[in-house]
Amino acid sequence: MDIKRDYYEDIQLLDSKVLWFWFLMLIAALVTFPFLAPNYYIYMANYMAINVLVAVGLNMLVGYTGQISLGHAGFFAIGAFTTVLFMGKLSFPFLVALTAAGAIAAVFGFVLGLPALRLEGPYLAIATLGFGMAITQLIGRWEFFGGRMGIQAPTLKLFGLCTVSSDRGLYFVIIPITFLLTLAARNLMKTKVGRAFIAIRDSDIAAETMGVNLTYYKTLAFAISAFYTGIAGGLMAFMLGFINPSSFNFILSIYFLAFVIVGGVGTIFGSIMGGVVMTWLILMLDKVQDLPYLGQLLMTISDRWMSVTGVHNVASICLGLIIVLIVVFEPLGLYGFWIRTKIYWKTWPF
Amino acid sequence: MFLQLIVSGISIGSIYALVALAMVIIYKASEVPNFAQGEMAMISTFIAFMLFDGYGHGFLVSFSGALGFAIVLGIFLEFVFLRRAKDPNVLSLILITLGFQMMLYGTASWKWGAEQKSFDFPVSDFDIVNIGPAVISYLNIATLLAALFLMFALFLFFRYTKVGIAMKATQQNVVAARINGIRANRILSITWAMSSFIGAVAGMMLAPVATLDPNLMMDPLLKGFAAAVLGGMTTLVGSAIGGYMLGIIETLFGGYVSLQFKSVVAFLIIVLVLCFKPSGLFAKHYVRRV
Repeated sequence: MDIKRDYYEDIQLLDSKVLWFWFLMLIAALVTFPFLAPNYYIYMANYMAINVLVAVGLNMLVGYTGQISLGHAGFFAIGAFTTVLFMGKLSFPFLVALTAAGAIAAVFGFVLGLPALRLEGPYLAIATLGFGMAITQLIGRWEFFGGRMGIQAPTLKLFGLCTVSSDRGLYFVIIPITFLLTLAARNLMKTKVGRAFIAIRDSDIAAETMGVNLTYYKTLAFAISAFYTGIAGGLMAFMLGFINPSSFNFILSIYFLAFVIVGGVGTIFGSIMGGVVMTWLILMLDKVQDLPYLGQLLMTISDRWMSVTGVHNVASICLGLIIVLIVVFEPLGLYGFWIRTKIYWKTWPF
Repeated sequence: MFLQLIVSGISIGSIYALVALAMVIIYKASEVPNFAQGEMAMISTFIAFMLFDGYGHGFLVSFSGALGFAIVLGIFLEFVFLRRAKDPNVLSLILITLGFQMMLYGTASWKWGAEQKSFDFPVSDFDIVNIGPAVISYLNIATLLAALFLMFALFLFFRYTKVGIAMKATQQNVVAARINGIRANRILSITWAMSSFIGAVAGMMLAPVATLDPNLMMDPLLKGFAAAVLGGMTTLVGSAIGGYMLGIIETLFGGYVSLQFKSVVAFLIIVLVLCFKPSGLFAKHYVRRV
């Protein structure tokens, strides 16, 4: 069933009828969802879609190319601020500004990719970390970017006609972009470029001897990844309506990495799962004191031993614990779990 | 002016040097930069604060308590989580330390809240000594002495004790060390404990100067990284020198160029050093086997 008979079967976007069926079902579900769901869930879906976009972009760098980045919050910030400034100060149309933001983030990604040619592992982590922190610091100190206070996102107009203001309206902007870009990522990873990335991850020296141009593909991986993150940042600016530099901090970069790790390193499907599940978890844990039973218990604990005002920090503890446990016990993440379950039930009585 | 800047640079450099040392000890043992270093130190400092301010113990008790806690914390993290990871690569190790970082940060914010606390230190930051035209506070002298003492102790430890030599052996080659009867796992636990201890000293020396809140070590951690990268992630002496160099460069930059962009200097140094001499100023270049 899974035997590939020729090259074109290998690079097909959806390689079985079952997959086509679920793909069409997904489109149908995404189209009907905003008409049925209440407002909060649409907000949640938007948030999830943006995080999926970041996770897909970061996974192409971390999962497929094997380069660590702890500075993706920097690209996210670049995307957000560029979109807002291009629309606000230069009055570009939305889609042009968003593409420009992606492109500028990609240029920065390329620049960050240059030192990455000589660095690996822990050193790369430190360099990207420094990049992420420096970007936020610089944006926060220049009045042009609104300084520490941040700036307001302009009203979103599509094609100069319809104004988008509600979460439901934004849904129809965010979801198609995420959908198309995710599909594009899946497609890209099946081509020559994707295979080059994987070869670099598995062994860069072996890849180079096989004729993979390391300089080209490593910087390309950074640029593509930064492009996706920049676009996501631009969308986030409109979802929040207001951006300030301090929200694009180091913790955000860790969250992004957590999406990739929890979902599964090196699979696009895993990134989608990771983005969705982790966003849901983050939103749930944000108001942890309202959860049934657990919230009560936590409030009692807080009252007796900890502080009541700091109870929302439980989110940080849980997410940290999840990251550690996933890395230690299920290195392939949710995707690995899904594959194992699938194989188990396929051969069930045996 | 110049001398004053040098003196202040050296005193803040001591903190950076301590953080860098704590980082390098772990890096040498397991090839992972410990991103939780700052938070481990921060939480130990809070323990000292709690014992002193909340329970009214004396300084000696609070500080020894905090240092003891730091040792236990280091061993706990290594033993409970890090040791369970089977055949981890660099990415997973970094992620584990990032997970620790979030857990510890969350715990500290939950317990002590985000508001800033003041830590009444026995040595004052306001009593000063004149050295020629420059002044130095008692607290800075204490920091400097503590840092130098710890460095000297580390030197003796790695030179003359059995455990120290075993630790060096494990850092060079784990398999060979195991063959020679060294329990590499236990050595790793001791490494984490030592690193946590040194970090805690840095945190407690920093707390009276900065304000005590969960973000206490965020900035020094990055500076410690920069110092370690500057000196070389594989040499203890180099990273300590890197710490002092970074402190001096940073204060000079703040004094003569721009106070506003002072905190960007560390990032600039990281990027420049990594671009031109990735193994650091004082380390031998490491060639990877294929």
